Amino acid sequence: MSLIEDLTALKSAAVKRINTSGADIEALRVSLLGKKGELTALLKGMKDVLPEDRRAVGEIGNDVRQTITQLLAQKKAAEETAKMNAQLVSETIDVTLPGSVHRVGQPHVLQQIIDEIEQHFLGLGFEVIDDTIDSPEVETDEYNFERENLPKDHPARDMQDTFYITPEILLRTQTSPVQSRSLEKHDFSKGPLKMIAPGKVYRRDTDDATHSHQFHQVEGMVVGENITMADLKGTLLSIMQTLFGEKHQIRMRPSYFPFTEPSVEVDVSWNEVTPDMKPEDIEWIEVLGAGMTHPNVLRMDGIDPNKYSAFAFGLGPDRFAMLKYGVDDIRQFYLNDVRFLSQFNRKGN
Amino acid sequence: MKTSLKWINDYLNNSINLDADAVADLAEKIERTSVEIADSTTLAQQQDGLVVAKVMSVTSHPDSDHMVIAQVDIGESKLTQVVTGAPNIAEGQFVILAKVGAHIINHETGELIELKPAELRGKVSNGMLVALQEIGFDSKISPKDFEAGIYVFGENENVQPGDDALTVLGMDEPVLDTDLTPNRADMLSMIGTAYELGAMLNQAVTLPDFDLVEYESPAKNQVSLFIDDDDLVSKYAVRVINHVTVEDSPLWLQKRLWNAGMRPINNIVDITNYMMLMYGQPLHAFDLDKLHDNEIHVRRAEVDEKLVTLDGQKRDLRPGEDIVIATTDGPLMLAGVMGGLESEVDESTQNIVIESAVFNPSLIRSTARRHNIHSEASARFERGVNWDATYVALDHAASLVDELAKGQVARERIVAANIERKEVSLTITATRVNQILGTTLTLKEIAGFFDQLNFQYTLDSEKIEVILPARRADMSIEADVVEEIARLYGYDNLPVTLPYGPTTPGKLTRQQRQIRASRKILESLGLNQAISYVLTTPEKSQQFAENVTAKVVTLNYPMSSDRTTARQNLLAGLLEDVAYNVNHFVHNIALYEQGRVFVANEDNELPTEIEHIAGVLTGDDVTSSWQNQKAARAVDFYDIKGIVSAYLDQIGTTNIKYVATNRHVNMHPGQTADIYVGDVYIGFAGQIHPKLTQSQKMAPVFGFELNLFTIMNEAKSDVQYDKISRFPQVSRDAALLVNENIENAKIESVIRQSAGNKLVDVTLFDVYTGDNLPSGKRSLAYTLTYQDNDDTLVEAEVNADFENVITALVNELDVQVR
Repeated sequence: MSLIEDLTALKSAAVKRINTSGADIEALRVSLLGKKGELTALLKGMKDVLPEDRRAVGEIGNDVRQTITQLLAQKKAAEETAKMNAQLVSETIDVTLPGSVHRVGQPHVLQQIIDEIEQHFLGLGFEVIDDTIDSPEVETDEYNFERENLPKDHPARDMQDTFYITPEILLRTQTSPVQSRSLEKHDFSKGPLKMIAPGKVYRRDTDDATHSHQFHQVEGMVVGENITMADLKGTLLSIMQTLFGEKHQIRMRPSYFPFTEPSVEVDVSWNEVTPDMKPEDIEWIEVLGAGMTHPNVLRMDGIDPNKYSAFAFGLGPDRFAMLKYGVDDIRQFYLNDVRFLSQFNRKGN
Repeated sequence: MKTSLKWINDYLNNSINLDADAVADLAEKIERTSVEIADSTTLAQQQDGLVVAKVMSVTSHPDSDHMVIAQVDIGESKLTQVVTGAPNIAEGQFVILAKVGAHIINHETGELIELKPAELRGKVSNGMLVALQEIGFDSKISPKDFEAGIYVFGENENVQPGDDALTVLGMDEPVLDTDLTPNRADMLSMIGTAYELGAMLNQAVTLPDFDLVEYESPAKNQVSLFIDDDDLVSKYAVRVINHVTVEDSPLWLQKRLWNAGMRPINNIVDITNYMMLMYGQPLHAFDLDKLHDNEIHVRRAEVDEKLVTLDGQKRDLRPGEDIVIATTDGPLMLAGVMGGLESEVDESTQNIVIESAVFNPSLIRSTARRHNIHSEASARFERGVNWDATYVALDHAASLVDELAKGQVARERIVAANIERKEVSLTITATRVNQILGTTLTLKEIAGFFDQLNFQYTLDSEKIEVILPARRADMSIEADVVEEIARLYGYDNLPVTLPYGPTTPGKLTRQQRQIRASRKILESLGLNQAISYVLTTPEKSQQFAENVTAKVVTLNYPMSSDRTTARQNLLAGLLEDVAYNVNHFVHNIALYEQGRVFVANEDNELPTEIEHIAGVLTGDDVTSSWQNQKAARAVDFYDIKGIVSAYLDQIGTTNIKYVATNRHVNMHPGQTADIYVGDVYIGFAGQIHPKLTQSQKMAPVFGFELNLFTIMNEAKSDVQYDKISRFPQVSRDAALLVNENIENAKIESVIRQSAGNKLVDVTLFDVYTGDNLPSGKRSLAYTLTYQDNDDTLVEAEVNADFENVITALVNELDVQVR
């Protein structure tokens, strides 16, 4: 037999052996292609081939080697796949069983509202004043009332029942005193004062579903040379749309606060307002008070009301949270029932 | 204030449309331009079928001794038979019949019911004769005369059988209840409200008219006035009226009063109330014959004075503070607040003195507050009355006493104080108005608003000089005028803009960022944020306080004994939260709170406020409810310590030390550590003392409380890149048998000090205490990891370093290597 015939025979024998073999693929590779393998042995016969035939025989030899190598590789891959498949089957579990628990803490719902307000106003270039020095929760009567244009016998003091510590020191009833404390320190050569002041406030109230002796306010104020009531309207519209949604509208109604003149109550639409909507179909809810800062207030803080104008507003995170999430009892915010706190776990809204 | 639009129409030329839809529109317009409307209603509400009936005959009921059978004429061809138990029924009376089919409101349930024919002890009753209280009158406004029976029209009222009783009684008049802000004193009167609505509707106001006839005898012969202190009143005048007949007021006057929410009493009192409602000027009538002498003094109360006010209360007057009207015998009334019982006008009164005044608002306010009397009069005096109406209201009242009580008005008002009001005029420019409002109004448009408001002004090409009327006591400065312009222009019409000008960066301070980061870190460690009450009991305010000798901040007049003192620690509040949750079947709790604590300083100083952060952990650490290897286990000290350590690391503090302590009386003495950054104390962590938790059936609760200010002081913000070594690590384990009282912290410290510069980590991997150890000993096992940044470590070098550590441990801590 010629070498070519031997090679061809080896090829077909090898194909058969590989295809039918259940045995160790590595052993098969050694016996076929190894240094002492069958192909190597046959190719030793190359030296007896005529020089002019060597090229052709060599090609056949390479073809045999390639075919065997390929087949072996395929076989090996198939075997590995089968092994992997067997492993996967054996490792299959019930993926509907509960996952391991990872406790994730939530910011308090009131904190979330305050954070939203804070983010909004930071974006508009406001400062946040909430430190113990410029925004103390225990205040003087002077800053809480008198500087806010509420002298001792002012009728509007009836609107606010106050926890006094001494006749001159009290738990602040509003975050408004932060206005005065900020104004005193502001350097107008660096631009207008734009600030918000979130924090706790206190009123001498009996706690029930709608009253709490402790609640939160976010005071806001802008003081500059050309600050208008239209700016106030635009500012309030933007924060209300951030909190309640882009399609909500606001309206302003006359009101009275001693520290602003003009003063307004602001309502936000409970429903989304579309251009074709009839006015009577919009449901309005009262959400905050605002106004142009009273000249007396500016003057008491050393600001010339003829040069500067200012607006101020007071936002109520407790009320917003009640409206936004349908919370029907303000006391829930301060009981810290874990079942309540963990409901407000949506991030990135 | 309850405002009848029909009454207002007297001054607005009947320009207000009284149809229900028009009234609803007007109410909306008032809310958008002026004040809130608390209620828009009529006394009738949805009632109907009520007619005037003339009682033609009254016969007794054969089967009842308290009911009678009446035949009444309601303008129909046949009489109507009704059975009634009214004790005051009599032939010839004009009364109110609720016909069969009438709708009336059940005054107990508030439901609207339809009247059906009834048979009362065998006799048919076609309807029901009613009392005012049965058709929607509050008992506070229905006249006392008819408290116990049906309503009977006065003889001179000229009502006819069949007249619609709702109309006759004025119950169909639309009434808007305005919810007045404290500044709008002007709208505490019908005329003031008419000016306001006139401005809105662009309608001129016609003031009421009256004729006053004076008799010859001068008033000053009958009384003399003395103002003992000029601070008390700006204006004070009286009129004397003789020979009055005190009786019920005519129906037209009663209607005005009850539609305004006031009860008709008698003609004299009603006239003073009517004038108060009309002009906003409170008046008071004294019975002249009940005065001890003819001297009337306006003065402050003296020592030991007492007064019985009209509500029957005996009041101790505050000497030197309360203002009183008095004779030489003593006080007659609390001036401007409430009359006295002794000089009250009653049916036998013949001669009266009517007073009209402008009292010092703040003195009235403090008197009213002190005695807790918030009367119609004090409400008006406190807020400021119209100085131009003092004498008009007085004279109008006198004229009505003549007309309705046949009184003879004595000649001349007696005026004891008459300070002229200083007229305020302001210069208004369009530039300024537009600068404040952001509008583009012209001077002419602004003048148009002043026309609507009926303000006097002069206009030239650059400015308006506007005169503020006396009726607007709330107005004194430019901003007040700007508000008037804004609300009449309409807030809806204001442009919507954002402030422009130099841009300012919106950024947080480092302290603010650290506080926010502190919250985020604790949340990422699994704690929910709690917000508890700041006010608590004195005990709880100091339960876990840093310094229990620090003074607390205490309310001078608390609402309840639970909320008297500002907290000096957050843990006590969190512990209350835990108790609440446990009581509500929530047992696995992880909470933190960030907030302030309060330390009192001197009495006249603000307290020091300190930011704290605290947390609690209790129940089970439930990783999985069903996987054996991760099953629930109770949380322990090391869980809370792990949270604190992770937090302190993330916030940027280093060199943290935990020192066992038993100094916190409300913490477990064997499971609490004081925490230091270097040598600086920042707080503590440990188990809440079981004496606090066991009694409330709580599982062990672990907590920490840290002073955020100290932490923020100690936290380092600089982060420097540490090169990551690419050379292999080598580790050595050391299992040590040590005396029980030697703490891990001590051992680790000895290891680090003696380890040389190649040690990169020490990890405790086993703690063992058990039977097969000698008593008083425990076993601790550590892995020491060595690595060099620049070279591969040499085995021998590591061995030598490790030997040094072991030697140090043996020498310093007497350990045995196992």
